Order: sequence, then C-alpha cells, then structure tokens
Amino acid sequence: MYILNEASKKIKVSLFVTCLVDILFPQVGVSMFKVLKRLGVEVDFPEEQTCCGQPAFNSGFRQDAKVLAKRFLSIFSEDGFIVSPSGSCTTMVRVFYKELFHDDQKMLEMVDLLSTRTYEFSEFLVNVLKVGDVGASYKGKVTYHDSCHALRELRIQDEPRKLIKLVKGVEFIEMKLSDVCCGFGGTFSVKFPDVSVSILDEKIESIIESGADTLVSTDMGCLMQIGGALTRRNIPVKAMHIAELLASGQ
Amino acid sequence: MEDIKVNFEKNSATALKDQNLQRALNNAINQFRNVRSRAVREFEEWEHLRASARKIKEWTIEHLDDYLEMLEANVIKAGGTVHWASDAKEACEIILDIAKKHNVKSVVKSKSMATEEIELNHSLEGAGIKVVETDLGEYIIQLANERPSHIIAPAIHKTRDDISKLFVEKLHTPYYNEPEQLTKIAREKLRSEFLNADMGVSGVNFAVAETGTIVIVENEGNARLTTTVPRVHVALMGIEKVIPRFEDLPTFLNVLIRSATGQKLSTYVSFITGPKRNSDVDGPDEFHLVIMDNGRSKILSHEETRESLYCIRCGACLYICPVYKKVGGHSYGWVYPGPIGAIITPQLLGIDKAPELPFASSLCGACKDVCPVKIDIPKVLLELRSRVISDRRVGAGFLQRFAVKLWRFTMENKRIYNFASQLSYFVQKPWMRHGRLTSLPFPFSRWTKKRDFPAVAKTSFRKQWKEIKDLEG
Repeated sequence: MYILNEASKKIKVSLFVTCLVDILFPQVGVSMFKVLKRLGVEVDFPEEQTCCGQPAFNSGFRQDAKVLAKRFLSIFSEDGFIVSPSGSCTTMVRVFYKELFHDDQKMLEMVDLLSTRTYEFSEFLVNVLKVGDVGASYKGKVTYHDSCHALRELRIQDEPRKLIKLVKGVEFIEMKLSDVCCGFGGTFSVKFPDVSVSILDEKIESIIESGADTLVSTDMGCLMQIGGALTRRNIPVKAMHIAELLASGQ
Repeated sequence: MEDIKVNFEKNSATALKDQNLQRALNNAINQFRNVRSRAVREFEEWEHLRASARKIKEWTIEHLDDYLEMLEANVIKAGGTVHWASDAKEACEIILDIAKKHNVKSVVKSKSMATEEIELNHSLEGAGIKVVETDLGEYIIQLANERPSHIIAPAIHKTRDDISKLFVEKLHTPYYNEPEQLTKIAREKLRSEFLNADMGVSGVNFAVAETGTIVIVENEGNARLTTTVPRVHVALMGIEKVIPRFEDLPTFLNVLIRSATGQKLSTYVSFITGPKRNSDVDGPDEFHLVIMDNGRSKILSHEETRESLYCIRCGACLYICPVYKKVGGHSYGWVYPGPIGAIITPQLLGIDKAPELPFASSLCGACKDVCPVKIDIPKVLLELRSRVISDRRVGAGFLQRFAVKLWRFTMENKRIYNFASQLSYFVQKPWMRHGRLTSLPFPFSRWTKKRDFPAVAKTSFRKQWKEIKDLEG
C-alpha cells in the first residue's frame, strides 16, 4: 500500500537517527525512513551525524557535551525538518541545548533556529504531516509506554496513541501507570542498576497485567531497558519502536 | 553536621532488600498518589495557582533581605523577639539559651524539618532537657530513635505492625494493631507532656512579612497545643519561609495542603502573631522567632539553582518519584529525602558531602510536574551533576575522564565512530546468545546482570542507508 500525501510532497526531512538506533537498532531507522517515504516526504540522512551529546550532558560533562552539540548544530544547519526516532534525543536538541548554551547568546540563536524544526517521529507525523492512518497493519494487542522525555518535556501523549490505534489489526490496550518511568534514565541504569531494575519491575508488571503482546514506545532507551527484561525473563511480549509498528504490513 | 557523608548506593541496596520497607512504601505511596491527584484534579484553578505561587516565590527570594527585615520589625512590633542564626550550631545555641534563661526542664515539639536539620533534640537533651515530639509520626520516630524518612509522613517506612511492636517495646502497652487504638495511646501519653512542658518548639510553614505572623499547618492539633500551652514558644524557620503579604496565604495554603495530604484544607491552620496579649486567655508569655540561614544564602548566590529555595516542603515530589518509592527516605542520608533532598542536601551540606545524590534520579521529570511552586528539579539536578564532575575533591576520577574523552573523540569523527561500531560487532561475539548479550564483563555487567543487552548490528543504519536511499531514489 502506498499513500501519497499531497501536503507532505514538498516537505524535506533530515533523519536524525541517533547513535543508539544507528549502531544497535538500525531497523528502527529503516522503518522510519520507509514510513516517511510512503507519505511522500523527501528524506535525507546527513552522514556526518553521530551523537547529540546527551550522555555527556546528563553525566555532568558539559564541556564535552558542548563540543558534540556544536558539531550537531553544524551538521543539521541546512533547511528542512529534523526528525528523530527518540523523544529523549529530540529533548536534548530542543530543550537541553538551551540549558547548555544559556550564557552564549550566539549559540542560543543557532539553537533556537534549529530547535523549532526538530521533531520526534510520532509528533512529526501527527502534528506536522497531519496524518493518522499511515497504511500499516499489524495483528496484535498493543500497549504503549510513555517515555519520560517525550511525555514530560515535549508533551507528546496523544500522538503516538492516535497512530497506534489507526494501525489495521491492532487492538490497543492502555496499561496502568503507562506514564511512570521504566527506570532507564541513561547512565542511571548502570550507576544504580538495582534501583533501576526495581523500578523496571513495576513497569513489567503493568505490561503483563495489560494482557498486551506488544509493547510500543518512542525511545530505544526505554525499549532497551524494558525489552532487556522481557527477554531475560522469557515474557512473551515484544518490545517495538513505534516506527517499526507503523512500517509493518506492507 | 561535618561528619555526614551520604552513601546512596549502600543505603539504597539495604532499602531494596528490606521487604517490610518495600511493602510499607508501596502501600502508602500508591494510596497517596490517588488522593493527591484527586485533590488537584477537582480544583480547576490548579495550574493558575501554581503559577501564582511560583511568581510570589520568585519575587520574594529576589527581595529576600527586604522581606526578612520587614518580618523582623513586625514580629517585634507584635511583642515577639527575633534571633538570627547563621548556621545549625548558632541556632541550637540560641534555642538552648532561651531554654536556660527560663529554667526549662521539658520541651514539647511540633513537626519541623528545620529542627531536624539542626539536630535540636540532640542539643537540648545534651543539656539535660527532656524533649518530646508530639506529631504522631515524629513521636513514633522518636520512640524508634530514628530519623524521619518523609517530609510530611515521617514514619512512612513503618508498617502498622512495626508501630504496634514498637509501642509494646517502648511504652509497655499490650499489642494493639488498630490505628485508632495506637493513636489513643499516643494521645494519652502526650497530653500530660503538653501540660508539663515549659517550652514549645515549632517550625514555620509561612512567615508573613507585613504582619509578623507565622503560619503553621497541621492535622493533629499538636502544633496548636505546642504553641499555646507552654510558657515560652520558640519557632524556627529557614530564611526562605518568608512571604510578603497576608493575602498571599490563600495561594500558598491551597497549593501546600492539596500537594501535601490531598486535603482541601488541613484540620488546623494556626496564625500566630507575637505572644499572649493581655486580653488573651491562652498563649505563651514569650514568643521567639529564630531565623536561620544554614547554607541557604549560599544557594541564593547561585542563579542556576536558586529555585531550590522556593520549596514549601509539601512532599509531593517524594510521593511521585519512582526512585523514592523504591529506596525510601533514609537512603538519601540526611533530613531531606527524595527529589527535593537530592537537590538541597548537596547544596546545604556541600557538594562533597553528597556527590551521589544529584545522580540518584532517572530524570523522569514527574517531580517537576507535581511541584506546587514549579521547581524544575531535573534541571537543578543536571546543573549539580556538572558541579560534582568539576569538583576537585569528589569529581570525576582519571579513568572516568579518560573514558568520556575517548567516547567524545569517537563521536567527533565519523570514521572512528564507524570503526568503533564495527569493532564492537566483532568483539561482542563471545557473549552473544540468540542475538543478545546476556552476561558481559564488568563494567557492562552492571547492565547484563538483570537485563539482556542488544547486540551491535552487523550493518549499521548508515551502511544500510546507501542501499535504501538508492532503492527509493
């Protein structure tokens, strides 16, 4: 099935796939590309991109984060939208870069220009491309985990749910406490692994209780955390990025 | 206070293993989260009110010196005495002096985090003065010889059974398990303490500059008794507790009480302006207000983290925090637990005393969303993390710095980045099971001990890009 959205034909998108997706989950990047293409968007991948600097920023290494942030800003300096399969990395660019360069007026102007055209994938589809049904089909009971940065920094809540519900064959189940953290928190997950996993335990309980067979989210950090426990504990629930769900069934 | 060194990793490991604690926290927190969210949902003006509370705090903290002087003048005008304490030691000495001057043998206390902060009970007891905590939770904690583990619910870490056993052991009562029975016992014990006390010590929820009034919010009536029955009343407050006008109170009482207990209004709200007047039937002969800095002006001097002083000690961030829910209050190592503790403990004690605390958060941001004065706790945590890292005493060690530099160097250069990802693909092979990494060596074992780690992909996205781009193009 191929949907050509007239409105999206002139839209140009640069993929900001994130280092995590590039190295560990390339299929997520490919899925995102497929969905955008199917919607008729012109897609590009600036090949110089690596990491936005968030791990350094979150760990307190601001100078190192600044170096990578500047690098990011120069790579994505061209026009068009920047779309990322991560609410967290989008938050880094849209929210934390301002924090990082709060005392540097020149950089702040650059950040402002860039952050207004940077979007997380699901909000881009719903709020910019104005699509709901992207022509995907998937047979399963799907529940959604709100990634913290997507939810509380970018206020993305309805967008992914709308997209999921409009996938043909999907039975959407809202799990309890979908908006509670999974315990990942970047380096927090290895700095305090036992605390991190004890928070994760509650998330896993919620997922099992929902009766879903597929867990969808907008961030590979959370999905790595949740998925890592699902496979370790032999729980028959598949952890899946929303881009993968939206690319399925073609 | 100098010898405090918070060890969050060790404390939290103990807490996670304590099944009793896990049960107590789980029950209390789940229940409270519902209550609070209802109290906020039913109140349409909530967001507007939060914004107002925030604005008033911003304004007051920017003009703190003016309002503190105004408060002092008005307390004196109402017949009270004002004392200024620069640190915990001074605050204790001032209160001890007042006690000695009045030949005080026994003190009743209502709930106050500031007195916990200065370890007042220790000082008073050291001078041979009997001190009795009269808030039920604090009373329990005092019997158990522990520290509160929550700002509002000090004994939240205890189950009903714990308390029943504690009463049997310390008060030699039969084993009662009903909250009503336990409360009745405490009430009987405390009643005589109130009547015998020479001095009452309280905290301060708000101090109104324009009238010199201190406001105390509570549910048990013990603060009302503490501040009216004994001859002398001493109230201790941090410098940030002042608010400008009486008409600011509805805003603050609304946001504080709904956030703290999910009530519309607490059972008691006491407005105290000076000591007993001639026409009054009840009240103390003397009223002393001790205004304490104890590290707060240091926070004031940092613009990036100044908002830490806006806190009205409602405890909502503790209840909502997924980390607090698992590790409890004692893991935070000092008097202020949870997200607010993670930001003010390192600032009040010095960052070298609690360098782990700013990292003891998944930065999920739930605290920021519930905070009634909209403190951006994650932002302050991030700022403090960078202060820890650049601190020479406790900052990053050589190995950590080297690792970060190496990582940055890799991320700065696409070729090295590609090479590193390719290399990882080959290096990981001995640990691969069903396409996942299940038991990596240290330090990666910190992940794989309880979770699988995804394997590095054979063909990265950027490599696949070359093919898919052409296919579609």
